Formats: sequence, structure tokens, C-alpha cells
Amino acid sequence: RFMLLFSRQGKLRLQKWYLATSDKERKKMVRELMQVVLARKPKMCSFLEWRDLKVVYKRYASLYFCCAIEGQDNELITLELIHRYVELLDKYFGSVCELDIIFNFEKAYFILDEFLMGGDVQDTSKKSVLKAIEQADLLQEEDESPRNDPEEMGLANPSQ
Amino acid sequence: MPAVSKGDGMRGLAVFISDIRNCKSKEAEIKRINKELANIRSKFKGDKALDGYSKKKYVCKLLFIFLLGHDIDFGHMEAVNLLSSNKYTEKQIGYLFISVLVNSNSELIRLINNAIKNDLASRNPTFMCLALHCIANVGSREMGEAFAADIPRILVAGDSMDSVKQSAALCLLRLYKASPDLVPMGEWTARVVHLLNDQHMGVVTAAVSLITCLCKKNPDDFKTCVSLAVSRLSRIVSSASTDLQDYTYYFVPAPWLSVKLLRLLQCYPPPEDAAVKGRLVECLETVLNKAQEPPKSKKVQHSNAKNAILFETISLIIHYDSEPNLLVRACNQLGQFLQHRETNLRYLALESMCTLASSEFSHEAVKTHIDTVINALKTERDVSVRQRAADLLYAMCDRSNAKQIVSEMLRYLETADYAIREEIVLKVAILAEKYAVDYSWYVDTILNLIRIAGDYVSEEVWYRVLQIVTNRDDVQGYAAKTVFEALQAPACHENMVKVGGYILGEFGNLIAGDPRSSPPVQFSLLHSKFHLCSVATRALLLSTYIKFINLFPETKATIQGVLRAGSQLRNADVELQQRAVEYLTLSSVASTDVLATVLEEMPPFPERESSILAKLKRKKGPGAGSALDDSRRDPSSHDINGGVEPTPSTVSTPSPSADLLGLRAAPPPAAPPAPSGAGNLLVDVFSDSPAAQPGLGPSPEEAFLSPGPEDIGPPIPEADELLNKFVCRNNGVLFENQLLQIGVKSEFRQNLGRMYLFYGNKTSVQFQNFSPTVVHPGDLQTQLAVQTKRVASQVDGGAQVQQVLNIECLRDFLTPPLLSVRFRYGGAPQSLTLKLPVTINKFFQPTEMAAQDFFQRWKQLSLPQQEAQKIFKANHPMDAEVTKAKLLGFGSALLDNVDPNPENFVGAGIIQTKALQVGCLLRLEPNAQAQVQWSEERGEGMQSVGGQAPQPVCGTLSRQQQQQPPWPQLQRHQPPSCAWLLSPQHQVAGSGYLGPVDGLFCFLLWLPWL
Repeated sequence: RFMLLFSRQGKLRLQKWYLATSDKERKKMVRELMQVVLARKPKMCSFLEWRDLKVVYKRYASLYFCCAIEGQDNELITLELIHRYVELLDKYFGSVCELDIIFNFEKAYFILDEFLMGGDVQDTSKKSVLKAIEQADLLQEEDESPRNDPEEMGLANPSQ
Repeated sequence: MPAVSKGDGMRGLAVFISDIRNCKSKEAEIKRINKELANIRSKFKGDKALDGYSKKKYVCKLLFIFLLGHDIDFGHMEAVNLLSSNKYTEKQIGYLFISVLVNSNSELIRLINNAIKNDLASRNPTFMCLALHCIANVGSREMGEAFAADIPRILVAGDSMDSVKQSAALCLLRLYKASPDLVPMGEWTARVVHLLNDQHMGVVTAAVSLITCLCKKNPDDFKTCVSLAVSRLSRIVSSASTDLQDYTYYFVPAPWLSVKLLRLLQCYPPPEDAAVKGRLVECLETVLNKAQEPPKSKKVQHSNAKNAILFETISLIIHYDSEPNLLVRACNQLGQFLQHRETNLRYLALESMCTLASSEFSHEAVKTHIDTVINALKTERDVSVRQRAADLLYAMCDRSNAKQIVSEMLRYLETADYAIREEIVLKVAILAEKYAVDYSWYVDTILNLIRIAGDYVSEEVWYRVLQIVTNRDDVQGYAAKTVFEALQAPACHENMVKVGGYILGEFGNLIAGDPRSSPPVQFSLLHSKFHLCSVATRALLLSTYIKFINLFPETKATIQGVLRAGSQLRNADVELQQRAVEYLTLSSVASTDVLATVLEEMPPFPERESSILAKLKRKKGPGAGSALDDSRRDPSSHDINGGVEPTPSTVSTPSPSADLLGLRAAPPPAAPPAPSGAGNLLVDVFSDSPAAQPGLGPSPEEAFLSPGPEDIGPPIPEADELLNKFVCRNNGVLFENQLLQIGVKSEFRQNLGRMYLFYGNKTSVQFQNFSPTVVHPGDLQTQLAVQTKRVASQVDGGAQVQQVLNIECLRDFLTPPLLSVRFRYGGAPQSLTLKLPVTINKFFQPTEMAAQDFFQRWKQLSLPQQEAQKIFKANHPMDAEVTKAKLLGFGSALLDNVDPNPENFVGAGIIQTKALQVGCLLRLEPNAQAQVQWSEERGEGMQSVGGQAPQPVCGTLSRQQQQQPPWPQLQRHQPPSCAWLLSPQHQVAGSGYLGPVDGLFCFLLWLPWL
């Protein structure tokens, strides 16, 4: 149904909704769910029933990865889905950390899109997902020559 | 390789992000963001045309700001521009922005759709995938309309790349989930099934998801997928862990695909073909065998993936529920997991075992794990695991282990989390009742429940124990003794006082022989609690006291003293004061005989399904929160019509709770077998309308124009709800979706009616072949004639057409006619079947009547089929004015000053049909405390349903001019208590019992003069 990444401080890092939900409802759900998940202790099980959904979550360092699934969906495979996503991020960024996801949020989205689509796994092979992303990056590099305008250096930035 | 170097050129973005991260306070952050927004805005507005790169950068910044939780109201256009860029990254960012931030701005959607169309046609697989992702991410109806026809083509086209096929399959799945009607089935479906044979595992994975969803609606179209899925599964299961290369996940071959295939198989019954079935059973056995093998890796990922397949396999075994051998093996496997050190596995094992317990083959096997489960209940540290354990204990309970399980659950209750206490209480109460061998154990259990968790013992639970004690005389003495002992505790829960008060009032005499529990002792024990109790409990105790006066005449003086005390006679609470006054008078005025009659022991309760069970079902329903949401949503849906908000107490909206309370199960007072019995009919106006039965041909008028009923789809699921809005109302919006709005205006006189239907095209596109028709299912054509005028077959965008219907009621009818609307919108056929808002009460003419007439007629109508009665719970606050408006809308006259109780509503009217006229009387008794309304209708024409002539209304009017109280006053008290009838001279004229039955009211009456 949806996937959230948030930090231990309760900052949302990534959200992906696979079912049309209004903005207000989303914010409410995110707030509620974060509270519930953050309150849980480390040794507790990774599944919980929340509203009429099942929530599968796992903590990686300071980030919580959290998926909401429907009643009859398989919990363990969802847990591994999270892990596979983390592996993909890790492989792509090279030992991924929260900062990578903050600064390259668009990449995190692209990888997720390549892996999951409409809430279903598109391809579970690490190689083919990464291949797709790398191809895209290649295209990007061809597109762009290094640039040197002042704003790029942060000079146009009023706060500096 | 550090990723930051990878194709990353947007330094400005990185600088901005680190600025934000360096902000010390929320205010500073907002300030920085506003500055940036102003900067971007000026860049976008500036004269200098921005190059693609800057556009991308700014759009990306906007996206970041949005993801921080701020609103973004511009930049959409720039993002759309990026879509048509030839540069991959610019396109990509554009799509990302749109999929995260798009709103249904129609202008924009068209532009976006255009860009997507170009990309889909581009034959560049990367661009095609981006476009497909965007469609899936947005998934709106507009997009569905634009692309639902193209995607299947891309999916099965021979020259599509694998990655495009994958995206197309999932994209189609997404569109299908969002709006199934948009995805046309066709010859492509057969080819989709064959994707299960595809070389590329990714394609298979995506295709299985799609097929699993599609086959739920059209199982027959996809039947062939079963054997394909089995052979695919068998190949995966039997492959060595390295065969599948990159699709092997921690030594487990293709876990996702396996799980999905197993899921798909759960959409179908076991395969009939013996060879396929054999192969499948072999697979399932292999999976179970593998679970016993030593793990190939110590990593948790390995075991998780392996167990994911195992659990899905067990689900399939449970779904088939036909292989005892596999079921028992599954159960043993889960048994091992119950003691696994992984919390996740324990949780899942408890959960699946719960479903295994309901299979006859494995119930016994599940029972062998009882000690482990009880241990889990005691020792698990995680509440959600404990919850599962409690559920499993409930599921595995039967007569043989009920005592053990109930006592364990009681023990758990003492320390249970507050959130789940009520549920545990209900479960204990149900198990105790269901498996009680001797009822003294049952009584003990419930009293223990009250002692341990009194606050969580709902009314249903303690009402139920009273019912059971009342109905079984073998337990009454024991119950009296036990409650007496329980009440001796210095502090006992108020619910205990209630149960104790009631039981002693009824059966206190059974223990009065023992000097330790002599009548004065019993009384003073109860009275010592009196002052600490709430009004409701005190009222109940007062009833107990008056019962004591009857049971133990020696306590009369003491009790009269209590009743006479100023604190009772002048109590500020009306209920208490009234009880004190009346009981005091009753005890001094009435003779012993009268007292004995009035205060007789309660008669047994009628047996029904336990209301506790109903309550549990309700609790377990789809999320406690969603129930609340429903009630909040409901009023708004009525508001659309701009009318008075109906109180469901008077309208026919059947409350779901009423259903569960077992009202349906109890035979209605009037239930003649005749298919269109008027008795039934009245009940039905107040309950939901029965589903229309298809059959017979179209009405004569429409024979050549209207399609036969077999062509008409079943009414849409909301049809009943929509119809219900019109029971008490003639005008409003009957139906509305994104395409079409149907409004209704109608008027009725005598047995005739005219209805105007307004069909509004809400889109900007013309509807073609527009044809609304009225169909009479079943016998309706002999009961109701509807003439329709044809309407133009084209409805322009934004236009409205009107259709006139002339209606004549020939005789009473039960089901409303169906309105079938068909048209083509953008080439796609649309059809919709609704219930036409014509119910029998539309032909109800109000009649004025004096009180005496009313009650005489009322009494005459005493045959069972002349009466319909329904007790229902009010979903909304009962407001007299709203109720009045509803009853008038219902069609009857409201008669004031007829019922001695001003709270009650009394109405009269005549149902006008061409064949006969049926007089109807109606009473509605709201009970504000219990939020229950009791309505009764009687109709003199009802017995004529078989075809006899109706009884003349006034024929026997003078027969009943007798010397009897015109309408005795009914004194009612809060439950559970007795009630009696007082004649105008305040003599007791009859006694009865008015008490809760399953949370509702039941009234039994003995009238000496009848």
C-alpha cells in the first residue's frame, strides 16, 4: 500500500504511496504510524497490525524502512523486499547511509521505482535493477558536461 | 565507487540541501525555504528562457521542499516541459515531480498525457519504461482512460523488450486495481497467461502479479494459468540453489516468484487434473522437506526467504483443506516455529496456526501445542505476539480443553494490556458459555471476569449471565450463593452489584434458609453498596428491594423505610424518584396476591444467538477506526441531497449492528410465505430491500425497446443504500460518479406517480447510445406499471437530459423496479443498474384518526400476519423533530395526543393501489436511554394478500365498546426491571417484564382481563 523511510528522530525521508490517498490523510497516517513504530523496542517482532493493514518494518542504522501491506500478503517476503531495497541502495551508493538518501533523494526514488511498481515487485534481480539505473546514469553523463556557473558553486546563495 | 560522483551535476541542489540541514531551528528552515521559493519563482518568471538543466535543478529543489512537508503550488508547468526534453535526466526528473506531486489539474493532465503518449510511441525502451512508471505512479482515472487500451498491446507485443513488458504488466495491474472497468478484457488475456512460460524471470514475476489480480474477477478466463503455474513452481522448487543465478536470493531460488505463484494458486480450488495435482503436491512436500534441511547460510535473509515460501505453502495447504497428511505436517512445522528464537517466526506461526485450527483435519494436531501457546501468552514480551497467542487459544478451544484455556485467559487478563482487555473478556465469556458442561462453572467464570476486569465487562456480558441463570433452574441456587459471597468483598465492581442485585432479587429465596444469608442479611449487604453506585445501578437495586418485599415479607418494613426516606422520595433523579414513589405505593396498596403476580419470578428468555458473539464479530470487524469513519462519512453522503439528515431510526437504512444482534435470526412477527405479502413488505420497508430477483420478461410497454432482464447487470453494490435515501424523500441526487449524475424529482398521488429523472453528463465528451430503461424484475410487472418516455441517444458534454416516468401502483409490491443506464463514453461501453426510488410507502395516504378509533383498530388487527414489529437501534441521536419529519416523509399522518406517552409516535394511513387499499397503523416507541426504537405496524388489508377482498375498515368497529381502560398506562423502567400496567385509577391492571434481550428490549405482558 505504501512505503515510508523515516529516521529515528521521526523525520520522513522517503514516501511512496501505491493507493490514492489524500494529502491530509497521508500526513495523518505518517504521523500516527511513526509514533507506533518508534515506540517499539528492538527485540519486538517486525510485524504489527495497524488500522486494517499489516505493517512490516525494519530498522537499518538510524533509518526505519516501513511497508504497509494487506492482510493476506506475505510478511516475511515483504521483510526481505525491504532488505533487497537496502542492498540495492547499498550497492549503488557504496555502503549507504542516511545522508546519501537525503542528498540523492531522487536516486533513491528511481531505484525504488525500478524495483517496485504499483506496490508489486518488478524485478528481484539485483543485477537487472542496477543495470537499468546505471544505464540511466550513463545517459546522464553523456548529456552533461561539467558546468561552472556561479550558482553551482553556491555563490548565488544568499545565505553565504 | 561513491555515488555522489555518479552523474551528479546538481551542485546547487546539494548546497541547498546542506543549507537546510544546517538550519538550527524550524523558523530558520522556513525562512531559507521561502527565500529559495522566491528565487525559483523569479527564475521561472524571468525573461531569460531557462535551459533544461536549470529547469531540472529548480524542479528538483521544489520536489525536495515538498518532501520536507511544505506545499508547492507552482512549477508544474516547468516539470511538464521537462517531459518533452530529449535528455534522459531532465525527462526523469520531470516524471518524478509529476508522479509525486501531480494533482488532477485537467489542463496539465492533458499535456502530461501527450508527453507520455509520445514516449510510449518512441520505441526507446528507457523512455517507454519511464512513461509506464509515471502512469502507474499517478494511476488516476484520466490516465487510465487515456492508456488502458494501449498497455495490453505493449505487454503482449512480440517486439517489446523484457523490461518494457515488466513495466507494462505492473502498470496495467495498477490501472486495473484503480478502475477495473477501464481495462478491457480481450484476446490479449490468453497471451498474458503464457507469459508464465517466459524465459525472463523478471517478466514472469511481473506477470504473475497481474494474473493473480485479474483472475479474481474472471477466474474462468485464466483457468489455464493453474497448470502453467504449477509447472513453473515445480521447476523453481526443484532447482539447485545456483541455477537461477541472480534470481537466487541468499541461496533460495526465486523466493518472490515462488510466493507469488503460491498466491496465484490460492485463487483456485485444487487442480482437477490428477497429473497436475500430483506435481503440485510433490512441490508442497518438497517445500516442507526443505524446511527440515540444515540452513545453507546463517544469514537471517536466507531463513526469512525460505520461510516466506514455507508460510505461503502452508496457506495454500490450508486453502485446499483437503490433504490431511499435508495439514498435519504443516501443523507440526508450525509447532517447531512456536519455540523458535525469532520473534517474527513465533508471531507468524501463531497466526497461521489459528487458521489451521479451524480445519477438521488439523484441529487435533493444533491442540497438542496448547502448553506452548499458553506459555507464549505468559512469557512473550511483545504485545502483538501475545495477542496472536490469545487468538489461537480461542480458535483451538473445544469442550475438552475449555476449562484449561478459560482459566489461563482469566489469569492473563489480570496483567493484560488495556487495549485488548475487552476483547479477551468477550472471548472468555463466549468460550465459557459455549463449552460449559456445568453451569456453576460458567457462573464462576463470569463472576471472576467481573472481579478481575469489571470495567471491561460490557452490558452484553452481564445481561447474558442473567439470561442464562434465569433460564436454567439448576444453577439458580448456586448463582445466588456465589453472588452473595462475591458481594461480601469489601470493594466490588459495580457490575458485580448489578448482577448480584438482580440475581438475589429473583432467587435470593433459594439461600434464605441459611442464617448466614437470611433475608435481612441479604438486604443489608446490598444496601451497603447502594450509595456508592451510579443511578442505573441504584434503580436496579430499588427493583430488587420491591422484589424482596414479595419474596421476604419480613423485610417489608425495613424496605419501606428505605423507600420512604427523603433521599429516595425526593431524589433529584427522576427515574429513582419515580421508582421509589411507585414501589412504595405498590407495596402499601396492593394485596399480597397482586404483589405476587406483579413481582413474580421472571419468565425464561427466548433463546437466541449470543449477543456477545455478535459484539465480538463487530469488534473484530475491519478495524475499529474504520467503523468510526463510516459513521462520520454517512451524514455527509446524505448532505449531498440537501435534505434533512435522516435518522436511521426511522429510515430504512439497516444498521449493521442491528443485523449482528440477531434480529434477522428471530422470526419476524409477520412473515407469511406469500412472496409479496404485505406483512413482509412493511418489515421490508424498514429493513433493507431484498435483492431483486431476475426472471420473467420486460414490461409490456417496453417489450421492444428495453433489453431483457438477463441483459441487465446486477444493481451496483450501493444501490440499496442509494434507494434508502429516498424512502422518506422524493427529490434528490440518486447517483453520481465521475461521468454521470442522476437526479430525481417525483410526486405521488393516490396510486399514481410521476417521476422526472435528470441525467447530467459531467464530462466534456458526448455520451453516445445513451439509453436508460426501466426493468421490472420478478412479479413486479403485475404489481407496478411504469411508462417511460425515450430520451435522445446522445448527451453532449456538460448537458442534461430529462426523462419522464409515469408510474401506477397496481397492487402491493416488494422490490423496486431497476433502472438500467447504458451509454458509450469515449468508445467504451458503460452500464449501470440502480434501483428506482419507488417504494410502497410512496402510495401511502395520510389519514386522521382519533385516539379511541386508533386503539380499537389497533386491537382488531391482531392476527400475526397483520402485524409487523421491529426493534432497532438508533444510529443517530433521536431527535423528535427529525423523527417527525421522517415519519411524515414516510407517508403516514402523525396523530398527536393519541398515545398516552408523548414520546411515542403514532401514525395512520392508507396504502393506495389499483387493486386494493390497505389501512395501516404505525407506532414508534423511541427509548432514548437504550437508543432503541420499537415500531409496530398493523394493516387490516394484510390478510387479503392471497387475493381475498379486503376487510371493510369500519365493519366491526362497534364490536369492541367494552368497559376497559382505553389505553392503560405502561410504566417502564430501566433494564432489567419489571413493568406493569396501571389503569387510569392507578390500580395495577397487568404485569409484565420489560427487559433487555441481547441489548434490546423485550416486552412480555400478562393482562388479567384478557
